[in-house]
Amino acid sequence: MKILVCAKQVPDTNEVKIDPVKGTLIRDGVPSILNPDDANALEAALQIKDKNPDTKVSVISMGPPQACEMLRECMAMGADDAYLLSSRVFGGADTCATSTTIAAGIAKVADYDIIFAGRQAIDGDTAQVGPQVAQRLGLPVVTYVQAVREIREHSIVVERQMEDGYEVIECATPCVLTCVKELNTPRYMTVSGIVDAYKKDITIWNEKDVELEPADCGLRASPTQVFRSFTPPQKGKGEMLTGSVSEMAASLVAKLEEKHAL
Amino acid sequence: MAIKVIKDKCKGCSICVKNCPFSAITLENKVAVIGSACTGCGVCVEKCPFKAIEKVEEEKKGAVDVHQYHGVWVFAEQREGKLMGVVTELLGEGKKLAAEIGCELCAVLCGHNVENLTDELIAYGAEKVYLADAPELANYTTDGYSKVIMEAITQYKPEIVLLGATHIGRDLGPCLAVQCNTGLTADCTRLEINPENKGIMQTRPAFGGNLMATIVCPNHRPQMSTVRPGVMTKAERDDSRKGEVVRLTPSFAEGDIRQKVLEIVKNATEQVSLTDADVIVAGGLGLGNAEGFDLLKKLADRLGGTVAASRAAVDAGWIDHAYQIGQTGTTVKPRLYFACGISGAIQHVAGMQNSDYIIAINKNENAPIFEVADYGIVGDLYKVIPAILDALGE
Repeated sequence: MKILVCAKQVPDTNEVKIDPVKGTLIRDGVPSILNPDDANALEAALQIKDKNPDTKVSVISMGPPQACEMLRECMAMGADDAYLLSSRVFGGADTCATSTTIAAGIAKVADYDIIFAGRQAIDGDTAQVGPQVAQRLGLPVVTYVQAVREIREHSIVVERQMEDGYEVIECATPCVLTCVKELNTPRYMTVSGIVDAYKKDITIWNEKDVELEPADCGLRASPTQVFRSFTPPQKGKGEMLTGSVSEMAASLVAKLEEKHAL
Repeated sequence: MAIKVIKDKCKGCSICVKNCPFSAITLENKVAVIGSACTGCGVCVEKCPFKAIEKVEEEKKGAVDVHQYHGVWVFAEQREGKLMGVVTELLGEGKKLAAEIGCELCAVLCGHNVENLTDELIAYGAEKVYLADAPELANYTTDGYSKVIMEAITQYKPEIVLLGATHIGRDLGPCLAVQCNTGLTADCTRLEINPENKGIMQTRPAFGGNLMATIVCPNHRPQMSTVRPGVMTKAERDDSRKGEVVRLTPSFAEGDIRQKVLEIVKNATEQVSLTDADVIVAGGLGLGNAEGFDLLKKLADRLGGTVAASRAAVDAGWIDHAYQIGQTGTTVKPRLYFACGISGAIQHVAGMQNSDYIIAINKNENAPIFEVADYGIVGDLYKVIPAILDALGE
């Protein structure tokens, strides 16, 4: 079996702080990481490989050359090889254009039975690229996969997470599955894995390699554009209550009653 | 729009490099260079003290004649014959947008034996309901619903399509957008009409809630947005409203629908409806253990509310993720929000800052949650909450 995993290198948004005076992002020292949901996607592929050792797991990403670090990490976890779609003309892409580029890369890899992707990346939180890649490849998709139940000959049975439970879905293969963190716990890299990761190849492709015109890529192929960006206005700081615990509790109840909030 | 550096004006001060949220700018020979990680967010344009960075229009591929597209559509998501709460919110917001543009507000409803819902949609303000009723549409499937709605969009050409950012809307929206070759803005928290060109301006949190971005889709139609449940104001119900029902004629060939729903499993725990809750008592890592939620539940029960949690408490395994408030959880705006033992990471604040009254209880007086709280109490929540219960009396 051949499995493709879509992964993205992202800034760790949990580590981002706002400068309280200037209202700007402080990005110094913010590390770049493998997007958390994508780690679950990779783990799902590796678990299938654990059971069927002749499975090949390839990782594909789009990004600047430094995304190779993240791809090495994926290979140190156990992926067999990796592809990076990298070119200046891919820059500024919205989800629509990103999905075109990634789909072209996957079409060039050509050989796959299942494509796993993370549900969403923490720098954009859109959850759009996975299903959009599926549309462009003409493949069926199941999003929010929280469990893989059974792999059949021409289909796969998965659980799709809903707000109030889950659905059991049988989906024809090949297909795209986007994964949530409840699916599994991603494994750590091993020392021998890290050593091996540097012996494995990362194939880097630009727009010519995947047969796309520059006009079909990046900003020029993006229907949406950012009109403006701003740091969210903070709600003003309110009142700190003082006194003993019972005094503060009584004062809180009194104030809320006064505002008719109780 | 592309970001360009005007080389003659650039002094190599590196302010843009430090401010770029996406690490997309580098200095080469003391001149800023925009790299491929650029998303066109424009933060650098505003930060540059020398006006050396500008946004420039680029010719877009796949643009359509936007004047052929009319009307605001709302995806009337139903599950088991009941409309989702977000649908009335979308109709409320859609009505405002339609009024500003001067166009019709329509709902598009898919399902099986759901015709009775058309009256409800009209009562909430839809002037027209497009109804696709077929056995294949009884349960949501990506292929089934996207095929039917795509055909309707092609035929009737709406200028705006709004979907709830539910697990279904966030599945359907991206697929429709690619099929229509148009843009989709996810998880919008604010929608406005640009009075100059009647286009929609969609504001959403980006970068884990650290940045807000206003997104436009100038040359492609329909303009599509998913909207976070619990953010927009619900439409008023008026049963005297009249509207038209337009029947779509869905047809499916063998192999059109490649996903099959075998089973629908509901959580055994009681239904969590955080978006409708009037009072929310939320707990974080400061609870120390799962049992802490029992105390929060006492306060929630006393006030007729529900408990909820920060991501940290969910990740600790103390409570189901269905209770999670924040950027990757649910967005809420209750009348009262108690944040107990929650430090107030920006991702959490993004999901609750529009609450009417925020009460923060935390041991750490420097916790960022106090920055957004209307009333702050520094103390041990295991002492403070019982004291509040006492003060509330019976």
